[in-house]
Amino acid sequence: MTRLIVYISQVLSLIRKEMLTLVKDPANRTLLFVPAIMQALLYGYGATLDLTHAPYAVLDQSRGAASTELLARLDGTGVFQRTATLTSSSQIAARIDSGEALLVISIPSDFETRLAAGQEAPLQLILDGRNSTTASLASAYVGAIVTSWNSTRGISAQITIERRAWFNPNLESRWNMMPALIATLSMIQTLMLAALSVAREREQGTFDQLLVTPLTPLQILIGKAVPSMLVGMLQSTLIFLIIRFWFQIPMNGSVWLLYLGVGMFTLASIGIGLSISAVSLTMQQAMLYTFILLMPLMLLSGLLTPVRNMPEVLQVVTYINPVRFGIDLVRRVYLEGATFADIAFNFVPLLAVGAVTLPLAAWLFRNRLS
Amino acid sequence: MSDAEVTAVARDLRKSFKGPDGTAFFAVDGISLAVRAGELTALVGPDGAGKTTLMRMIAGLLKPDAGSLSVLGIDVAADPQLVQDRISYMPQRFGLYEDLSVQENLDLYADLHGVPQEERKERFSRMLEMTDLARFTKRPAGKLSGGMKQKLGLACTLVRSPDLLLLDEPSVGVDPLSRRDLWKIVQQLVDEEKLSVIISTSYMDEAERCAQVFVMNKGRLLASGQPDSLRSRARDLTFTATPPQGTPARELQARLIDRPDLIVDAVPKGGNVSFIRREDADDARLRELLNGVPVEPRTEELEDAFMMMLRQQEEQEGGTAAKPARDAVAVETGSNGDKPVIVVRDLVRKFGDFTAVASTSFDVAQGEIFGLLGPNGAGKTTTFRMLCGLLPATSGHLEVAGLNLRKARAEARGRIGYVSQKFALYGNLSVRENLEFFGGAYGLRGNALRSRVAAVLEQFDLAPSAQSGILPAGYKQRLAMATGLLHEPDILFLDEPTSGIDPLARRAFWRTITSLAQGGVTIVITTHFMEEAEYCDRIAIQDAGEMLALGAPIDVRKQAGDVGRDMNSAFIAIVEQGRAERDRQKAAA
Repeated sequence: MTRLIVYISQVLSLIRKEMLTLVKDPANRTLLFVPAIMQALLYGYGATLDLTHAPYAVLDQSRGAASTELLARLDGTGVFQRTATLTSSSQIAARIDSGEALLVISIPSDFETRLAAGQEAPLQLILDGRNSTTASLASAYVGAIVTSWNSTRGISAQITIERRAWFNPNLESRWNMMPALIATLSMIQTLMLAALSVAREREQGTFDQLLVTPLTPLQILIGKAVPSMLVGMLQSTLIFLIIRFWFQIPMNGSVWLLYLGVGMFTLASIGIGLSISAVSLTMQQAMLYTFILLMPLMLLSGLLTPVRNMPEVLQVVTYINPVRFGIDLVRRVYLEGATFADIAFNFVPLLAVGAVTLPLAAWLFRNRLS
Repeated sequence: MSDAEVTAVARDLRKSFKGPDGTAFFAVDGISLAVRAGELTALVGPDGAGKTTLMRMIAGLLKPDAGSLSVLGIDVAADPQLVQDRISYMPQRFGLYEDLSVQENLDLYADLHGVPQEERKERFSRMLEMTDLARFTKRPAGKLSGGMKQKLGLACTLVRSPDLLLLDEPSVGVDPLSRRDLWKIVQQLVDEEKLSVIISTSYMDEAERCAQVFVMNKGRLLASGQPDSLRSRARDLTFTATPPQGTPARELQARLIDRPDLIVDAVPKGGNVSFIRREDADDARLRELLNGVPVEPRTEELEDAFMMMLRQQEEQEGGTAAKPARDAVAVETGSNGDKPVIVVRDLVRKFGDFTAVASTSFDVAQGEIFGLLGPNGAGKTTTFRMLCGLLPATSGHLEVAGLNLRKARAEARGRIGYVSQKFALYGNLSVRENLEFFGGAYGLRGNALRSRVAAVLEQFDLAPSAQSGILPAGYKQRLAMATGLLHEPDILFLDEPTSGIDPLARRAFWRTITSLAQGGVTIVITTHFMEEAEYCDRIAIQDAGEMLALGAPIDVRKQAGDVGRDMNSAFIAIVEQGRAERDRQKAAA
């Protein structure tokens, strides 16, 4: 019994020391919260894929009532802003090249007469394809406007599609992106924190001093993992609060399940971080390894692009990527209100990664080849 | 002195830096000096004396805050490039390209300095011959030993003929053998080329070889002159005392150094104690202190004069760095009679094909001070790390405090204390926080932890709330000692504990070690100050992984033969004998 108490008190003094070194440095203190809050806000406002502002130019060679009406509808959306009215087709290229206009609508001179004659009247849309995402969004918007205009003119298509997007009725990309941040943003920080923790001690020579104490590798592992875990959960909470109450994205699932998932995910990240840390001799090495690893972790996570669109080989690789399952888990619990049974599989890869990396890190503490 | 004869003149030179605690301090604090041309000039002083700052100002790499400095007749502050074109400067850590070969490094530096092709061949062959690196021209610089790297650094510095050569502590971290070679080269340059050389060092025996010596401490110039005239300051004050049969010299030494009112300095040497009395010491009281031990006058050395100057400055400033830690309370160590506390049998450590430690065996008895000595790369650090449990042994038996280090690692670690070479505690934690953490890691808690922390705080005279990282070097070392002793270990391991601290702090440190040993703590220590081996009961000298000598310092010196006048030359002799023996065996096989 006393052995157990001593064991625990040894771990506690290590945890206390880790927390002290963490908060004593003013630079560290800011690093704990400011980047998380800032990035959450930046992602919320900055990294939106929705088209809300599309400058365009018009070359109206028909100058009739029909073309004026169509353009008025375009301007009326609030999305399209006319930046120039052109008088000759030779002016089009310059507008697109300079980025002044995302698209140019060219209305041929026989537009009015063809419509009056009940014929098909083609419109030309010249798009800036340098950004294919916004170009296709803009083109789809224009298409929708033309279709609705057609219907008011009594020309209606045979089939119309009524869409209902579940979990995100207006298909706002913010809704899709932000909940994933609860996992990813805090992961970047905890990964870094864990990766630096042992490397810093090795670089400053304090790790030897730690290794000559009777602390076992398991104790050191716990002592190093717990503070990172606390910081990770704290950051996740901050980001969660920003998403829920600042951006007001409604939450459908259980908070407890969300925390359980994020906790498991953070543990897997810490395992990776500590393994990197135990291998590195210097902080610089640890940083480098972290950055090299971060890119594939993010790209193969399904944060921006669906995993289903990747080549099959890469899809298989994603199964060892905890970020994929962390994001999936958080999104489903948050937006879909998934229950434990729905997402149970996501815990398997997370646990597997933790079960490999954490013991590996502990083993590396003492057995790293010098 | 005309301008033609001087190569550097400084007047009231000052340079301040921001200290770790944010307050400014003067690294060079009003120094005036004139360095003569065509001679070997030494800047001598302990670490932190301001030698490097002064060197860098002479080299035009730092701008003085105040005062004037002219080098080769040029105002350095106004035109550093002009000076740099004519001098060569070798910093403490010379920038060798580790992946390039010896030859490529030389070529590169010749290119950088724009040495004409036609001059190179002759210059290179001379440099390679002098440094004895001709055999290794194809070897990458990173694969050279510490001493060879330093020689290559010197060769690269000298790819062109400078008007003034600046060498900043070239012998730091270099073992005695390489140190000797390095000095041979420098001496040759001065003799043959009439080169002006300014060399900084913390070794007194090196300063003794120079024509002119400037003694610096804490940014000030304490004295200057020829070694002979400096040495004479200690004339008639230096003696050797012989301790009674059967008692270690360090006990008599401890008694003497505890009386700063009578004794300036005392060190164990060759089984005796060399000491300097104070000029104003009361004869009767001195006799009383010596208590009838035989005392002989001895010839004074530069070191003696230097210690007197340091002590004097210390007293004028009312400093306390030299105050030894309080006497250690006798530590309760598990009495195990005459059984050795460390048993090493056939210890081997290999790194791949390389054998760092070859079949080594020795015992260390309780309360003994055991020194591990050897040139760089000799295997002493590897041996040491295996003893502390930081490195697993490849094969062999290793027993520490009665516990097998292979089986009961964590338990064995609980019985030892460890003080590393570098300051290895948490710099941004306070003294108390560091102590509480390590105490906790050793399983102390509650009242036991509180009372032990209080005890070591008092024993080492430490302020609990001070931030550890900004303590002066001597106090950092005390904190490290305090941490190592918190859990009252049976054995204390000290890895080069005295490197980087000044001589006075070193004396105080050894005073603490002496009293710990008296209290029954076993001490295992590595050091590169050979004279410190005299404090040890027994020493082991290793080279190339082999144990070359093992025994009391006096026996080791006997093994070295006639040359074993002092520990340094004994060490060199033993290592060279060992190497010659190995070469013979290789030739025979």
